[in-house]
Amino acid sequence: MLLIILRRLGQSVFVLFLVAFVSFMMFRYVGNPVDNLLGQEATVEQREALIEALGLNDPLHVQYLDFVTRAVQFDFGNSYRGALPVADMILERLPATLELAMVSALFAMFFGVIAGVYTAIFRNRFLANVIMSSSLIGVSLPTFLIGVLLIWLFAVELGWLPSFGRGETVQIGFWTTSLLTVSGLKSLVLPAITLGLYQMTLIMRLVRAEMLEILRQDFIRFARARGLPEHVVYFGHALKNTLIPVITVAGLQLGSIVAFAIITETVFQWPGVGLMFINAVFFVDIPVMSAYLLLVGTLFVAINLIVDLLYLAIDPRIRDGQLKRQNT
Amino acid sequence: MTDPILSVRNLRVVFPHRHGELVPIDDISFDVKKGEIIGFVGESGAGKSMTGAAIIGLIDPPGYIERGEIWLDNERIDQLDVRAANRIRGRRISMVFQDPLTSLNPLRTIGDQLVETILTHLPVNANEAKRKAMAGLEEVDIDPGRFNAYPHEFSGGMRQRVVIALALSAGPELIIADEPTTALDVSVQAQVLDLLKKLCREHGTSVILITHDMGVIAETTDRVAVLYAGRLAEVGNTHELLRRPQHPYTRGLIASTPAVEYGDISTELFQISGTMPRLDALPSGCAFHPRCEQALDYCASHRPELQQDGVACWLYADG
Amino acid sequence: MSAEKTLIRRFRESDFLYDFKRSPVTVVSFVIVMFLILLAVFADLVAPTNPFDAGSLNLMNGFTPPMEPNAFTGETFVLGTDDQGRDLFSAIIFGLRVSLFVGLTAVILAMVLGVSLGLLAGYRGGWVDAVIMRTADIQVTFPSILIAMLIFGIARGLLPPHLRDEVAITVLIIAIGLSEWVPFARTVRGTTMVEKEKEYVQAARLIGLGSGQIMVRHILPNVLSPVLVIATITLALAIIAEATLSFLGVGAPPTEPSLGTLIRIGQDFLFSGEWWILLFPAFTLLALALSVNLLGDWLRDTLNPRLK
Repeated sequence: MLLIILRRLGQSVFVLFLVAFVSFMMFRYVGNPVDNLLGQEATVEQREALIEALGLNDPLHVQYLDFVTRAVQFDFGNSYRGALPVADMILERLPATLELAMVSALFAMFFGVIAGVYTAIFRNRFLANVIMSSSLIGVSLPTFLIGVLLIWLFAVELGWLPSFGRGETVQIGFWTTSLLTVSGLKSLVLPAITLGLYQMTLIMRLVRAEMLEILRQDFIRFARARGLPEHVVYFGHALKNTLIPVITVAGLQLGSIVAFAIITETVFQWPGVGLMFINAVFFVDIPVMSAYLLLVGTLFVAINLIVDLLYLAIDPRIRDGQLKRQNT
Repeated sequence: MTDPILSVRNLRVVFPHRHGELVPIDDISFDVKKGEIIGFVGESGAGKSMTGAAIIGLIDPPGYIERGEIWLDNERIDQLDVRAANRIRGRRISMVFQDPLTSLNPLRTIGDQLVETILTHLPVNANEAKRKAMAGLEEVDIDPGRFNAYPHEFSGGMRQRVVIALALSAGPELIIADEPTTALDVSVQAQVLDLLKKLCREHGTSVILITHDMGVIAETTDRVAVLYAGRLAEVGNTHELLRRPQHPYTRGLIASTPAVEYGDISTELFQISGTMPRLDALPSGCAFHPRCEQALDYCASHRPELQQDGVACWLYADG
Repeated sequence: MSAEKTLIRRFRESDFLYDFKRSPVTVVSFVIVMFLILLAVFADLVAPTNPFDAGSLNLMNGFTPPMEPNAFTGETFVLGTDDQGRDLFSAIIFGLRVSLFVGLTAVILAMVLGVSLGLLAGYRGGWVDAVIMRTADIQVTFPSILIAMLIFGIARGLLPPHLRDEVAITVLIIAIGLSEWVPFARTVRGTTMVEKEKEYVQAARLIGLGSGQIMVRHILPNVLSPVLVIATITLALAIIAEATLSFLGVGAPPTEPSLGTLIRIGQDFLFSGEWWILLFPAFTLLALALSVNLLGDWLRDTLNPRLK
C-alpha cells in the first residue's frame, strides 16, 4: 500500500518538474526579459549588467534550478505590465477563482448525481427523456455562450441578477470572500451555473450510463431476487458501485473547472486568476503566463494524485489487486 | 401425498418483438412438492431460466406473463406489485444464479450483504442478524471469521457457497437454482451440489434445479421436467424417467450423456441431429418433429399436449 | 462505370443509410451542417455585402434592427446591422467561413498528427511508444482549451508584434490542432497493436514489404471508421474551441472575425438593447456546434457502438 502511494507520488513529482520545465522555457525564451525590463533604448553595458544580474549567462540547468527554487518560495518575478510581483497578483485574485470553482463543482456534483440517478431509474419517463435531450444541448453549448445567454435572460431581460464582478466582499485575513454578503452571493449565481453546467451534464450522463450498466449486472438481479427493497437495490447496491468512476471523472473535472474558469471569469468580469491569465496572453505578459501555468499544473497534478488515492481507498479489489502486483 | 408448495398452471410468457412476439414459455404446468428437488433440463433457450424468472417475478421487460397462474402455497403470486413481490423474494422463494463471480456486490463485504438480507426479511435486530449470518456461513462451511471479507477474496466454489448462504438466510420454502454449478470447476461442482442438497433436506426446502446436465439431474433430483422450445416434453420421477424415457427427445438427451461411472467411455455418444429451433422460427405442430427420428406426418401439424402419463408426444397418445 | 454503380447501390442498400434515414434528428443535423457549409463556401455569392470592405459601410446604417428600415437611409437588413452599419447576415456568413475553416483544418492537423503518432507508437512499440503515449497521458490531464491558449500565447510571444494579427488564424489552427491529437493517437495505437500481430501483416512482412507500406496499406484501413468518428466529435470540439478563443480575444483577429469574435462584439451591446448583434451569431454557432455533435454521436453509435 505504502509502495503504491510512494510510486504514485514519484510520478507526480516528475510531472511537476516537467510542467516547471515548460514554464521555465517559456519564462526564459519566449519574449525577452531584458528587452521587457530595460526597453529598446538601453545601452549594451546596461544590458550586459542586467543579463549578469539575472543570471542569464549561467548554464541552463543552473537557471532551471534557480527558477524552481524561486517558484517553490512563491517568487515568479514581476509582471511586464505594471511591474507588480506576480505572486502578489495571484494571491490577491486566487480566492475569487477558488470560491467560484468550489461552488460550481458542488452545484455540478449535486445536481449531476441526482439527475443521473433519476434518468437511469426512470429511463422511460417523459421527464427523464426531456432531461437527457436537453443535456445534449448542454454538452454542445460552449461555456461562454451559456454565460452570455444567461446574462441576456437573467440580467438584461429579467434584471434579477448582476452580470459582472463579485459584488461586495468581506476580508478575512488575506482571503476576500463574497460568500458572506447578499450582493456577493447574487453575483455568484450566474457565473457558478455557467461554469458548472457543462460538468453537471457530464456527471449526469456518466452517472446514468454507469448506473444502467450496473443495473444489468448479476449482483443486482441477485439483490432483487433476495427481495431487497427497490431503494436498497438502487442506492445501497447500484449507486455505490456507480460512484467510483464518477468520483474519478468528477475529480478530474475539478481541474477543468479551474481551466474553464478563465472563460467564465472573462464573460462575467470576475476578478480571478483566469481573467488575469487571459489578459496576460493578450498582452504577452510572459511571467504571469508562466506562473499561471505552474500554478494550474500543480493543481492538476495534486488533483490527479488525490483522485488516484481515493480510488485506492474505495475499491477493495484495486487495493488488493495492486498489492498483489507489487509483491510479485 | 403432500400438497404442492408451488403450482404453475398454463404459464405463457411473451416478448413483444419487431415482427410479432416471441414465446419463450408456452403453456407450462407443473407442481413442486414440499421438500422435493425437481430438475428442469433442456438445451439453452429451452425456457428453463425463463421459468425460474417468471416464478420469482423477475422477467426482464419487455417480456411479461401473458397467461397462466403461479400459486405459492395457495397464494397467487404472478400478479403482485413490487412491494408484495419483495415480501416473497428472498423470504419464501430464493434464487441462486449461475455465476458466483458476478452474483455478489464486489464493493460490500459478504457479512454486510447477509445481514442486509436478513434484516430485510426477519424481525430481528442488528446483533441477532449478525449472529444468524455467521451461523449461515458456518452451515455452508465458510469460516465465520471471514464475515468482513470481500467477495473477491474467495474462490469460485466458496463464493457459490456464500450465495447459497444468502439464498437460505431468510429460511425460504423454495430455492430456484439456475445452473448453480455450471460456472464452477468440475472438482467443486459435486461439493456445491451436495451442500445444496443436504441443506435443503435439513431445512425442508424445495428446490427447482435448472441445468442442462443430465448427470446433475441423475445425482441430485427427485423428479425431472424436460423442456424443449418453451414447452414441457416430459415430466416424471427421476429414477423412472432415466430408466424408461418415453419422449424421443428425452431419449436423445439421455443417450447423449456420457456414463462415465460404468467405464464405457469408449462407446460412441449419441447425437440428436440438428439444433433447437430459434424462438422466431418455431416449427408447427410438435416443435421437436423436424429432429425426431420417429416423427409421424401428424406431428407436423398437431401440437401434442402433456398427458397424464407425463409425456407430450403423439407416439403415446391413445386413439 | 459499373464498379461505381455497384458502389452506389451498395451504399444505398447498406445499414448505414438505413440507420441514417431512421433517425430524423440525424437527418436534420446533417441538413443543417450541409447548409451551413454551403453558405460558408459560397459566402461571396450568398452574402448581400462584403462586411470587410470598409468603403461600402455606411455609419448611418449603424444599429438597424432586423427587418426594419433604417431611420436615416431607409435600407432594410434581414438580421439588422452592428454599430458600424455592417450587415449582420453577411458578417455571420463570413464569420461562419472562418469558424468552419479553422475547425476543419485544425481537425485535419490533429488527425494527421494523431494517426501518424499512433501508428508509430503501436507499430514500433518500445521506447518510441513509451515517449509518445506518456506525452499523451500528461497532455490529457490538462483540458485542451488550456493547452490551446498556452500554445497561442507562446506563439504570440515568439512572433514580432506586427505579424501577430496577420498569422493569428494559422496560429489558432496549430494551437487547436496540437491540443486535440491524443484521442486519434490512442485509438490508432490500440488497433495497430492488435492488427500487427495478425497473420496477414506477418505475411506482408515476410514478403518484404517495408514498415511504412505495411502501416499505410494494411493497418491504416482498419482504423478508418473509429478515426472518422473521432474526427467528427473533434470537429465539434474544435469549432467550440475556436469560438471560445476568439470570444476571449485571443483567437481570430478583428480583421477576420469568426462567430466567436462576433459574439464578443455583440456582448458589448447587450445592455443597450441591440440584442440582435449578439443573438444571431450566438444561435448560428449553437446550431453548428449542436448539429456536428449530434452527427458525431450518431456516427459513434452506428459505426462503433463500443467507442464511448
